[in-house]
Amino acid sequence: MKFSAHKSGYKKTIALSVIFLAITIMALALNVTETPPLNKRSPTKILKDSIASVTAFKKVYRVLMSPRCMNCHPAGDIPLQGDDSHLHTMSPKRGLEGKGLYAMKCSNCHQPSNSPGLHTPPGNPNWHLPPANMKMIFQGRSPYELAKQLIDKKQNGHKDLQQLIEHADDGLVRSAWNPGPGRTKPPLSHAEFKKTWKEWLYKGAYAPKK
Amino acid sequence: MISLTVNQKIYQLDVDPEMPLLWALREVIGLTGTKFGCGVAQCGACVVHLNGEAVRSCVTKCDRANHQAITTIEGLSKNNDHPLQLAWNEENVPQCGYCHSGQIMSAAVLLRENPSPTDQDIDDAMAGNICRCGTYPRIRKAIHLAAKLNGGKGDLK
Repeated sequence: MKFSAHKSGYKKTIALSVIFLAITIMALALNVTETPPLNKRSPTKILKDSIASVTAFKKVYRVLMSPRCMNCHPAGDIPLQGDDSHLHTMSPKRGLEGKGLYAMKCSNCHQPSNSPGLHTPPGNPNWHLPPANMKMIFQGRSPYELAKQLIDKKQNGHKDLQQLIEHADDGLVRSAWNPGPGRTKPPLSHAEFKKTWKEWLYKGAYAPKK
Repeated sequence: MISLTVNQKIYQLDVDPEMPLLWALREVIGLTGTKFGCGVAQCGACVVHLNGEAVRSCVTKCDRANHQAITTIEGLSKNNDHPLQLAWNEENVPQCGYCHSGQIMSAAVLLRENPSPTDQDIDDAMAGNICRCGTYPRIRKAIHLAAKLNGGKGDLK
């Protein structure tokens, strides 16, 4: 009897251990965590899901690499222009603050709003490139590289998770969807972009493999 | 009503706030030194200073310039003796001359911010000012001379 009772207790312990282990494995498999990876102060809850996150980023990437976004995130110090992303024809330079140099400052031509007509400067009160000490280059970045860059505070303008989410509503970002005549809009609507951007971030901001 | 302070003189203009500043300067006020070139901010012939910055007046609306300080080529100096104007004369820079008020106004911002510019600095500053006559070598030479005339000081307008 004693042996039998001991054996029964042993079985219970094994069974509980197996159940506990199974729950742990399931939890790990679902990647459920309440710790935001980008900002510990953020109250935002992250529900990690690498597949959903990467799927969202692939859509986000198409927007960020569209001319309306990429043209002001060039690999060099001259912005890009047009739907074919050619070098800006007047060759304005980035300057330290990203606002141009000398007589070639962005706001000398780019007005607070779009200028009327074809081939006229699109406008925004805050027209600029990223600054020289944080170039935030999109041009030439692979999906993997861009995703990693976007969540790296040393490369993204020191933005935490909440600030990244808010950046989708930045006035200059939104102006991509009001590009003026003759310029193609990004491939998603702003509402779709914002939803997908948040989906990518909230699901863990995973980077695609390549 | 639009209020423009042009070359330190105040003008009250009954114009459409959407009117390009260039129109107000040339057609309403009568300052025709600033030229119309392309009308789409691509050539630089219409450059004036708006609060010291070299804006393209063909795409700058009067609304943006309202209650702001504007300097045109006529107001760059009192006696046409700005170092750039002296240097332009000395080097005989213009050929047809049409683009040169814009060229000088752009160069003035360069020298104010960089009193001793290199060739590269000049290229960076002047890349948006087009000259159909191709006077670029003389423009560069004159900017260097103006910097020298001013003793490399950054107190230009």
